Amino acid sequence: MLPISLFVVAFGAAFGLAAVQKGLAPLDTILMSALVFAGAAQFAAIDMWGAEVSVIPVMVVVFAINSRHLLMGASLYPMLKDVAPAKRYGVLLVLTDANWAVAAQDYQRGNRNLEVILGGGLVLWLAWIVGTWLGVYFGGLLQNPKNLGLDMVLGCFLLAMALGGKKSPRILVAWASAALASLAAWKWLPANTHVVAGALAGGVVGFFWLEKKPGKETAGKTPT
Amino acid sequence: MTIETTTTGVLILILIMTLVTLVTRFGGVFIMSFVRINPRIESFINTMASSVLIAIIVPMAFEGDAGALAALSVTAVTMLVLQKPLPAIGAGVFAAAALRYLF
Repeated sequence: MLPISLFVVAFGAAFGLAAVQKGLAPLDTILMSALVFAGAAQFAAIDMWGAEVSVIPVMVVVFAINSRHLLMGASLYPMLKDVAPAKRYGVLLVLTDANWAVAAQDYQRGNRNLEVILGGGLVLWLAWIVGTWLGVYFGGLLQNPKNLGLDMVLGCFLLAMALGGKKSPRILVAWASAALASLAAWKWLPANTHVVAGALAGGVVGFFWLEKKPGKETAGKTPT
Repeated sequence: MTIETTTTGVLILILIMTLVTLVTRFGGVFIMSFVRINPRIESFINTMASSVLIAIIVPMAFEGDAGALAALSVTAVTMLVLQKPLPAIGAGVFAAAALRYLF
């Protein structure tokens, strides 16, 4: 989580700077990061900021960008279903891309790693708040984080997680469908729908093409 | 409907954004608790999980500059060869920085 946290601090600083430039008060900016904790959605909302803010468009954009959480949460259900509701939803409070990706990969290998969601999530949450705070009071930390390739940390991380998982013909077909569907949605559907479109396309492949299990194993039971 | 960005207005907007985001964080697990899990649903969930990652990354590669493309390709190759995430991510980020420095 450490390299990701550094990226999150830099990204948070960029957000803090952008928010105060849009006229948001420093404390409000930090409060937003602490409560909302969703970088891309916050950037998009700030983009729509002014003397007056239209509520419905902001809600739609925030929901669309964060709708990937719905699928991420659904994918965690098998490992959360036996957890008490308070703990289950408590862990989900800090659900975000990076800690989810690690937990999902661990679960594929048969480990139920709730600690990485909670611990990793808290670290990322703190990094996001600290980053925002730095950006609000000290401006962007780096003149141009792109020059250092920092904008690619999360993308590279998620790609490494995907490629570290199981690769069967079934998975590769699902990935190809996900890639095509997400590109098509990105090109032709309303903005911010591509992640959900691609993920569902990949899921449909899994729905119709079941993994062949060795005879001894009972279907549908994953090892814990 | 619009909200003026006064002190309370901003707080209300932040709370609205928080609630919408919370619905997305909780919603997936909540809905699944009403779905009977059978092998087909489980297979759907499992392939969907890694497809989320692909669906984030592929448009990112198409949208990005040469540096973004270099970062993702170098990460992919390093990861497939070494099977270790940290060197793969490091090499990818370095590739983006190097390419942008050179061109």
